[in-house]
Amino acid sequence: MANQNLRENDEPLLIADDLSKSFGKIIACQDVSFKLYPGEILAIVGESGSGKSTLLQILSGQQSSGQGRVSYRMRDGVTRDLSTLGEAERRFLFRTDWGYVHQDPAQGLRMAVSAGANVGERLMAVGWNHYGRIRAAASSWLERVEIDVARIDDTPRTYSGGMRQRLQIARNLVTQPRLVFMDEPTGGLDVSVQARLLDVLRNLVRELHLAVVIVTHDLAVARLLSDRLLVMKGGQVIETGLTDQVLDDPAEHYTQLLVSSILSP
Amino acid sequence: MSVMIDVTNAQKTFTMHLQSGIELPVVRGVNFQVDAGECVVLSGPSGAGKSSILKMIFANYRCGGGRVDIRHQGTLIDIATAEPRQILNVRRSTIGYVSQFLRAVPRVATIDVVAEPLIANGVTRAEANDRAGRALHRLNIAERFWQLPPATFSGGEQQRVNIARGFISDLPILLLDEPTASLDAANRAVVVGLIAGTKRKGTAIVAIVHDDEVRRQIADRIIDVTGFTAAA
Amino acid sequence: MSSPAYNFAYLDEQTKRMVRRALLKAIAIPGYQVPFASREMPMPYGWGTGGVQVTAAIIGPADVLKVIDQGSDDTTNAVSIRKFFVKTAGVAATTATEDATIIQTRHRIPERALGEHQVLVYQVPIPEPLRFLEPRETETRRMHALAEYGLMHVKLYEDIAKFGHIATAYDYPVKVNDRYVMDPSPTPKFDNPKMDNCAAIQLFGAGTEKRIYAIPPYTKVVSLDFEDHPFVPYRFNAPCELCGSEDSYLDEIVTDDKGGRMFVCSDSDYCEGRQAAGHTGSLISAPYKERAARG
Repeated sequence: MANQNLRENDEPLLIADDLSKSFGKIIACQDVSFKLYPGEILAIVGESGSGKSTLLQILSGQQSSGQGRVSYRMRDGVTRDLSTLGEAERRFLFRTDWGYVHQDPAQGLRMAVSAGANVGERLMAVGWNHYGRIRAAASSWLERVEIDVARIDDTPRTYSGGMRQRLQIARNLVTQPRLVFMDEPTGGLDVSVQARLLDVLRNLVRELHLAVVIVTHDLAVARLLSDRLLVMKGGQVIETGLTDQVLDDPAEHYTQLLVSSILSP
Repeated sequence: MSVMIDVTNAQKTFTMHLQSGIELPVVRGVNFQVDAGECVVLSGPSGAGKSSILKMIFANYRCGGGRVDIRHQGTLIDIATAEPRQILNVRRSTIGYVSQFLRAVPRVATIDVVAEPLIANGVTRAEANDRAGRALHRLNIAERFWQLPPATFSGGEQQRVNIARGFISDLPILLLDEPTASLDAANRAVVVGLIAGTKRKGTAIVAIVHDDEVRRQIADRIIDVTGFTAAA
Repeated sequence: MSSPAYNFAYLDEQTKRMVRRALLKAIAIPGYQVPFASREMPMPYGWGTGGVQVTAAIIGPADVLKVIDQGSDDTTNAVSIRKFFVKTAGVAATTATEDATIIQTRHRIPERALGEHQVLVYQVPIPEPLRFLEPRETETRRMHALAEYGLMHVKLYEDIAKFGHIATAYDYPVKVNDRYVMDPSPTPKFDNPKMDNCAAIQLFGAGTEKRIYAIPPYTKVVSLDFEDHPFVPYRFNAPCELCGSEDSYLDEIVTDDKGGRMFVCSDSDYCEGRQAAGHTGSLISAPYKERAARG
């Protein structure tokens, strides 16, 4: 079991090969390559317009790349080029083995249905057909993201911003994905709310041994959550390495500027 | 005695891009080894590059050249050129680092901050908490504070939490950056005791200590880093 | 104005062919919603224009037509559609279920089992069962294509969470031929079991939404549910006060402003048939306690 886990962790989960994409004359990303291993948390940082969100969309198969390839090691152990997956396979992957946390929870949640159904939907989509068990799973997930279970039948419309974001995380994690994409998950939240969210995220990510690609412009968030950092500027990865290494010993001009611009690191 | 740390001709230069790209050499030609069960203290005036060397061993700073070999699970790994995930492995199971300041996550309880390295290494929550509690106890952090986040603590208290965390997992290599700087005499003595105990278990220690008394008590060897200091 | 103003059954032949093509496709892919070029009909949308176009496309001079609205042959909608076809196609009309070859219905399936010689045409207001939770048509079509039906259970989950049981009483979603999830139009869920393995052809027309779908004869139709909350057909727990029927779907009729009410068969032909055969109900409007017929 342990040996198998070791082998599992030794092979990359997600491989980006030479990804490039441009919109007309605008280069969204250029020659981006990296490997993400199981349980690894990679933060993509850079200012707005640096191409990080486009990159996230390409990685998660929501946009095609003009050039290059994204491969993923499926649950059966076979690594496959995402562009060769059929739509059904890709969508299945998206709602089972992957998660996607949007900056705006309203985009990732069904605002008109209850929190319990929001969490349970992915389970029902993979064939869970027992109300009691679905509800029990939803309750336990609400607890894990620190939402009062008494609120299980309320719609996210009645939730605060921080609760919505935690609900979105529960909704994504209920099928025990191996890879989660996050697009500025703490954006637009108060500092105290952010701290709680980060704490919840940090614990879950470790407990579940999740691999995460997180896009953020907040270096403090990157430091707290990520193992590795990809600094982007003008669509290119200009610096990469261990998170604390890049933040404490930035090599590139732009990275130094970025690090020195933080108010409180 | 097996060599745990082998630094060969390491060097570090900062390029300050924001100051029109001036080069700031810090150290060069750094050469030393540390054996298991040995405590090496780096000495030299402020700015001589002691902390930089420590950070290079922890791979928090990149090396501009040379090698920093670390004995990790029986084999030497050059941490200066290792892959990020290798470095993370080395940090998880080989190198502990007690920095000058505690960098804790907001909202996380003191006991969890201390127990975290154990949990990362697969120790059960109950045992980790038990060991964390004993470590905090030894460093005179009263139990009523254990559930509070350390961000609200005084500098000395935070430093002791940091030390508890650093010493808890019995890693083969321990890097200490001014562990006693803001401690009173009684707590300094506790730290000296901790270091002695870890050494007996075979841990290789590299420390920066300004307090002469403490240095005398813990150092097996003192390396004067001014020999490595690069002239600007 | 000398020549007849309308083609046989009102629609021109080209339009009928277009509708028939859609119907053939619908029958070939049970439960799948086929888009069709719905025409303006001489009645408002919402009055069954989809059903009327389907009927117009399949009706022949020898057909016998029955039209019901909420089970009854004599409500406004049923009467006007029946008159429409009698006038434009000159076909015979009937109220007797067993005599009809085509039955156009709004919201009910007759109590009497249908036979192989019959076609049931449903008027459908909203054909998309996923619409309640997913407003994007592009997305719902993709979900059907990929058989991603988790969302359908979300609706049932919400019911149980809110009411303790699946409270959806009509428009109750079904899965047809183990493939497509289909909206049976706003029939009461009491009628859902009748759709399963039915000998007659069932055709569904949604005029406003421009969709046609179908269930061929003897096709498996399963009402969606949860293991621990199985599908239960619902009816008022009372006998019909006119014919004494214990197993037909009942309408609740308010008789005064003091809480008085009575329950009578919704299927007027079935009720009259039973009365003619000598069955009688209490005829006394005693208030019954309303409760679900469970298990």
